[in-house]
Amino acid sequence: MPKKPETVYMLRLADNALILGQRLSEMCGHGPEMELDMAMTNMSLDLIGQAKLLFEHILTWEDLAPNADVLAMTRPLEQYSNCLLVAQPNVDFAHIMLRQYLFSSMQKFQYEALLRSSDKTLAAIAEKSLKEIAYHIRFAKSWVLRLGDGTDESRARMSDALESLWRFTGEMFANDAGLSDAVAAGLSTNFALIYGDWKLEVKSVLSEAGGLTPPPDTRMIMGGHQGQHDENLGHILSDMQFMQLSYPGLNW
Amino acid sequence: MVNNIRVLDLLAEIMDPEIPVINIVELGIVRGIEDGPPPRVIITPTYVGCPATDMISEMIREKLDGAGYDDVAIKNRLSPAWTTDWITKEAHEKLRLYGIDPPGTHTPSCPRCGSTNTKLISEFGSTPCKALHACKDCLEPFDRFKCH
Repeated sequence: MPKKPETVYMLRLADNALILGQRLSEMCGHGPEMELDMAMTNMSLDLIGQAKLLFEHILTWEDLAPNADVLAMTRPLEQYSNCLLVAQPNVDFAHIMLRQYLFSSMQKFQYEALLRSSDKTLAAIAEKSLKEIAYHIRFAKSWVLRLGDGTDESRARMSDALESLWRFTGEMFANDAGLSDAVAAGLSTNFALIYGDWKLEVKSVLSEAGGLTPPPDTRMIMGGHQGQHDENLGHILSDMQFMQLSYPGLNW
Repeated sequence: MVNNIRVLDLLAEIMDPEIPVINIVELGIVRGIEDGPPPRVIITPTYVGCPATDMISEMIREKLDGAGYDDVAIKNRLSPAWTTDWITKEAHEKLRLYGIDPPGTHTPSCPRCGSTNTKLISEFGSTPCKALHACKDCLEPFDRFKCH
């Protein structure tokens, strides 16, 4: 388990990228058409690439594992600190695109808050990743608009996705100990302050998408950052960890 | 002291694994050579998840070892982030001849017939660096190098 505020926070970023990358990789060969299949696997590749850089960098701060693969692939479930949103299942294409839009539009602010980090390598990883995140946002947003503003069925599916995923968005901006310790350490600026701006931006896109409105923010579900996950992460890990736990150190 | 020009020439013999008509110096991956000790080749990856990145590092290692530069280290540098602006003008022409519309602010143009009457099929193509377009005149699909 990480002890330093820097590694606690960076592990959260790395796990977000790893788990969403893994979720998207499940769509390889299952996209509704070839171009969309390639788009989802490209985004998966970008996210796993970010995760790789972050895990490698975390190990320069704290000796949590012999190498980045072991750190990424073999922890018990409660030691993963990704937000709950990224583990939500690939119910349909509307869910996948909305999940991506909600996450990537948040991740942009989260990584911009690292650009003046006291940790120069982290700032460089953020700078690099932001170029790719811009593509993810554009792609996912265009599908949120198209499906929300499309046929009755596509709108109904996007509306269902919003009903189901919105309750996980508050966690991404939670001003919890992990974030405030990282801010105190100079690792990140306090991007939780941007929550209001993010909501305005997202709500304006949703409104353009056939007049969708998110449900009220009455009860946001949280806990992922603290290792309290729902059953979805368990399903991901049983698949993702199988080879490394059965055959430790296995290479391609 | 390394012979920088000799090392650069060697590196220019390494072709990008995905786009084998341009070399890694033209692509802007090789950022320079530091004297050291130990002397180091500085490289900047194009895309963080690009599988070619690790392969390129291995190709550089092999090339340097083969030429007796086994004391030269390879250092990854992330910032400033790689940009398509670092691809040389000569490489742009090679990309076009290879069937890839080079990056830039120009209107997407079909590398086969030159027409600018094209449409975007997908922002994500066969590799992280390319988007898929189609020409509405000659009807051929083509890749365009994404501005990055």
